Amino acid sequence: MENNTLTAKRVADAAYDAIRAAAVGLREDVLCGLAAARKIEEQPRAQSVLDCLLENAQIAREDGVPLCQDTGTCWVRLEVGEELSIPGDVLSQVDDAVARAYTDGRLRMSVVHDALFDRANTGDNTPAFAEIATRPGHGATLHVLLKGGGSDNASRVVMLAPGAGIEGVRNVVLDCVREKAANACPPLIVGVGVGATFDKVAGLAKHALLREIGSPAASPKHAAFERELLEAINATGIGPGALGGKTTALAVHLETAPCHIAALPVAVNMGCSAMRSVSIDLVSWED
Amino acid sequence: MSEPIRMTLPANREKLAELRIGQEVRLTGAVFTSRDAGHERMLAALRETGELPFGLAGETIFYAGPTPPAAGRPLGSVGPTTASRMDFATPELMDAGLAACIGKGKRSQAVIDACVRNRCVYFAAVGGIAALLAKHVTESETVAWDDLGTEALRRIELIDFPVFVAVDSQGGDLYRAIESGEQL
Repeated sequence: MENNTLTAKRVADAAYDAIRAAAVGLREDVLCGLAAARKIEEQPRAQSVLDCLLENAQIAREDGVPLCQDTGTCWVRLEVGEELSIPGDVLSQVDDAVARAYTDGRLRMSVVHDALFDRANTGDNTPAFAEIATRPGHGATLHVLLKGGGSDNASRVVMLAPGAGIEGVRNVVLDCVREKAANACPPLIVGVGVGATFDKVAGLAKHALLREIGSPAASPKHAAFERELLEAINATGIGPGALGGKTTALAVHLETAPCHIAALPVAVNMGCSAMRSVSIDLVSWED
Repeated sequence: MSEPIRMTLPANREKLAELRIGQEVRLTGAVFTSRDAGHERMLAALRETGELPFGLAGETIFYAGPTPPAAGRPLGSVGPTTASRMDFATPELMDAGLAACIGKGKRSQAVIDACVRNRCVYFAAVGGIAALLAKHVTESETVAWDDLGTEALRRIELIDFPVFVAVDSQGGDLYRAIESGEQL
């Protein structure tokens, strides 16, 4: 990196590596969460599912095969410091990297041209679903998330009235879990977004999935509500694989934001047990 | 949890009817993989000819779209997709002779009724263990609809493939039983 310039190629190369690594390597924090859950489960079916998930992670890593047959759509967030510039069309280079990574990695092509009018497969898993955000300073981070269809389908956005308050948000999250957890491959990481606008609240929930399990919440209030939601979710007994047990979710991650005086937007984005994301510091990254 | 029940495919309909929700079963034999787009075509073929295409009568469909194979392997990773997306087709397919299906998640009441009416079974496989499940697949061949890519109709050979009985021929429903706190 020279003269506060980041090349589009560097971003694309990082995206390529991130996709290849994420598809076959379960996040370390998720592995730890699954191992911890295995210790507290008493029901044989729950123990068996967790044993399978841990063994699966080992096979995927050792054999270099995908953790899950749904290698996802490729969700990308590029955060760039205001003092940095990236000349050129960085997102189209990221798309090129997606096509190469999915082909070279023998990953599944799971994207169609148009949701409504042309459901033919694009053949190379492009386009990536990408966004660019600025932040202070001269750093840059690339987040790549391979998002499965089953868990994204099990997600929702609800526009509550402000009077619904915390109780309303709790009900949205728990209803979503009760109705959809079995489709989303538990143990889950539940991303919850509250605030912003109809379109942006889903982004908060998705962004929440990137956070490391066990890392600090945004504030003590966030942490307390996350704990409360996690306890309520795990009290449902849905369990690993939705086959019964204590561990329906490994974590609830909450992000909140300002919003309109009339609004209380809530989004729940389900993260499956094969949560695949990689975050790369583009300044220190060595390709 | 008792020892898994071993079952060969195509399933013996009498033995299939004896299975009960919550039981763990190890499947050995051929199944067909198909999912959303394949089910639309299968249903269209059934409605046009009055019978299941490609000899699917008496067979088992696995709702799955595998990843491409690595060298020397029949396929890459393979695991269940959400079964409820196939609810629109399953009752008609079962009425026409489909014996069983494998997927993940809850089914509609219409599918449960079709299992009772036809003495069929819906098996749940665990999602997110596709690298492990692929080790229980010994062969794979494309039967039809290659243009659908991962959604093509494939015939794959399973060996000791682990599943749980999620809907049985008595109308039992494992997911709803777990939700209501039943001990199984």
